Amino acid sequence: MPAACAAPTIVSALATRTGTTLAQKVWAKHVVRSAQGEPDLLYVDLHLVHEVTSPQAFDGLRVAGRKVRRPDLTLATMDHNTPTDDKRPDDLAQKQIEALVRNCEEFGVRLYPLGSPEQGIVHVISPQLGLTQPGMVIVCGDSHTSTHGAFGAIAFGIGTSEVEHVLATQTIAQARPATMAITVDGALPREVTAKDVILGIIARIGVGGGAGAIVEYRGSAIRSLSMEGRMTVCNMSIEAGARAGTVAPDDVTFAYLEGRPFAPKGTAWERALDEWRSLATDDGAAFDREVRIDAASMRPYVTWGTNPAQAEPIDGAVPDPDAIEDGAKREAARRALAYQSLRPGTPIRDIAVDAVFIGSCTNGRIEDLRAASAVVAGRRVRSGMRALVVPGSARVKEQAEREGLDRIFRDAGFEWRNAGCSMCLGMNPDVLRPGERCASTSNRNFEGRQGPGGRTHLVSPAVAAATAIKGAFALPSDLR
Amino acid sequence: MEKVTRIAGRAAPLDRADVDTDQIIPASYLKRLERTGYGDGLFSAWRKDPAFVLNDARYAGASVLVAGPNFGCGSSREHAAWALRDGGFRAVIAPSFADIFRSNALKVGVVPVRLAPAQVERVMRAVEADPATEVEIDVAAGRVRAAGIDAALDLDEFTRWRLTEGLDDIGLTLRHEADIAAYESRRPTWLPQVAGAPAAEGSARSATAEKSRGNT
Repeated sequence: MPAACAAPTIVSALATRTGTTLAQKVWAKHVVRSAQGEPDLLYVDLHLVHEVTSPQAFDGLRVAGRKVRRPDLTLATMDHNTPTDDKRPDDLAQKQIEALVRNCEEFGVRLYPLGSPEQGIVHVISPQLGLTQPGMVIVCGDSHTSTHGAFGAIAFGIGTSEVEHVLATQTIAQARPATMAITVDGALPREVTAKDVILGIIARIGVGGGAGAIVEYRGSAIRSLSMEGRMTVCNMSIEAGARAGTVAPDDVTFAYLEGRPFAPKGTAWERALDEWRSLATDDGAAFDREVRIDAASMRPYVTWGTNPAQAEPIDGAVPDPDAIEDGAKREAARRALAYQSLRPGTPIRDIAVDAVFIGSCTNGRIEDLRAASAVVAGRRVRSGMRALVVPGSARVKEQAEREGLDRIFRDAGFEWRNAGCSMCLGMNPDVLRPGERCASTSNRNFEGRQGPGGRTHLVSPAVAAATAIKGAFALPSDLR
Repeated sequence: MEKVTRIAGRAAPLDRADVDTDQIIPASYLKRLERTGYGDGLFSAWRKDPAFVLNDARYAGASVLVAGPNFGCGSSREHAAWALRDGGFRAVIAPSFADIFRSNALKVGVVPVRLAPAQVERVMRAVEADPATEVEIDVAAGRVRAAGIDAALDLDEFTRWRLTEGLDDIGLTLRHEADIAAYESRRPTWLPQVAGAPAAEGSARSATAEKSRGNT
């Protein structure tokens, strides 16, 4: 094509790209150093640390004679391997816990240990303290760091070598990610929660659908969610393979933050607000990838397989692998059904459940507990059912007890536990037995995730609660 | 990190998509304080199946794993890369990798080799048909050679340089300490600091002093 013809097309393409996205703005504000052919060096505003992925990093510092550059931008807690009843951790877990205490003392890092009123799942405590704020770069040696993106921060999980790098330099080298918009517009149907929104998104785009990208969740259905709901959505961005998930900060964000212990105060608050209001994606900005979903098409979902994209609406049935066109997906579905011991065509509501877990960084916040308690109030969990409620933090537990939610759960036959990751990941005493089937509000249904041989189905807190009562998957509205 | 210039050896076929890091190493193996000693945990649940490929004696000693797309999805645990390394693997060939796993593997010196799906398929079939099939990943030259394929290694020059020189990332970054300090002097003063801030143990205003807002 002659240059004269091509030129206008290029100009018009450029003209539509006049703005920048939220993620691009936050990224640009954190570039310490940028060089051709190298990843950008980004400044880290907040580094969250826990007992499992940090000991080797602190050791590395010691061996090299390095310090933690900014202990004041670093916060540690213990959550992954800790028991949630009053028993002692096992010996190996105890060693990790003691190592974290020692490392935090030696390197001057603030630690909220077991028993502290601020202890809890790392992704629950930082937002509730007001440490997680719009426009920040936040990292942690945990993939669910994506949770903090709900505030309009760039937040992502890192490995232990990167933990060491951040401790030593307060920076992280990162290749610039792609941008991706996932827009959910319209009114969400009744009984569709934030958890269902993200399960529905992952079911549509797949477990690799967000790979290499920072996702921005947009649209009226996302706007209508509370901060806690937005955290649930962003939390599972990693389950779509995304580098991070974000929601532009708005008045819901600011109202949540105002007055929290680490939120700016007085004139600093006003300056922060001005800054935060400038972060939203510009109207003319283009994303590398865009997905649009009609909110009305969302349903309460239940995963049937062993990856989070293998989900069906609760009114549906276990799919038949033979009907899946894609060869790799068909094989994965076959394997998943064998592991989960499910037959194609079984209505989801006919699947009997042995255990229910309500908690985790996905759904362990106060609104989750309120939603679940509203369903179980005045009812009893099905006989023989093991049912656990594990608050995401000591503060959530305290708040729930002030509201009497613990009584409601206990009266219904649930165990009421202390804060921690608990049955989400199978590295503390809360595990499924082999073959046990669990309706879980957590984020991963991988084989053995909740304990060797355990079978996980991901659901919302409301569905988990109704399922505990019914003994098989159920909506709250199914209960008489 | 040790220098990684060339990896050559036999390969084991793991023809599954979306292999997550919980399968590569289950959480119960994450309680160590060291960076080594994770070999026992490598695919420990799948290894209980006698038919699992890594129980097949013909693939003993393989230094390359050939796998399906989205390898290493899920948890950010670097232990997954440590376990592969401790299990003798120096590289993984797949059509795509989860971002965090890819980054962790490169820190550990396990090379994530991304090839086109048809190329991975070809290597997979070759390795399945003949376990003695040799695979070569020439990091220094930036080439992958296997099953008649001679493809470019999908790693940028900076990453290859880091691998072949065995460079310490922290050392590299600290060469730019002045840039970091300059950035710090420009940061807005209202950004939160943990130490010395108001949320001391048992502070008055509960972090959650949950304003009772509804869900929407």
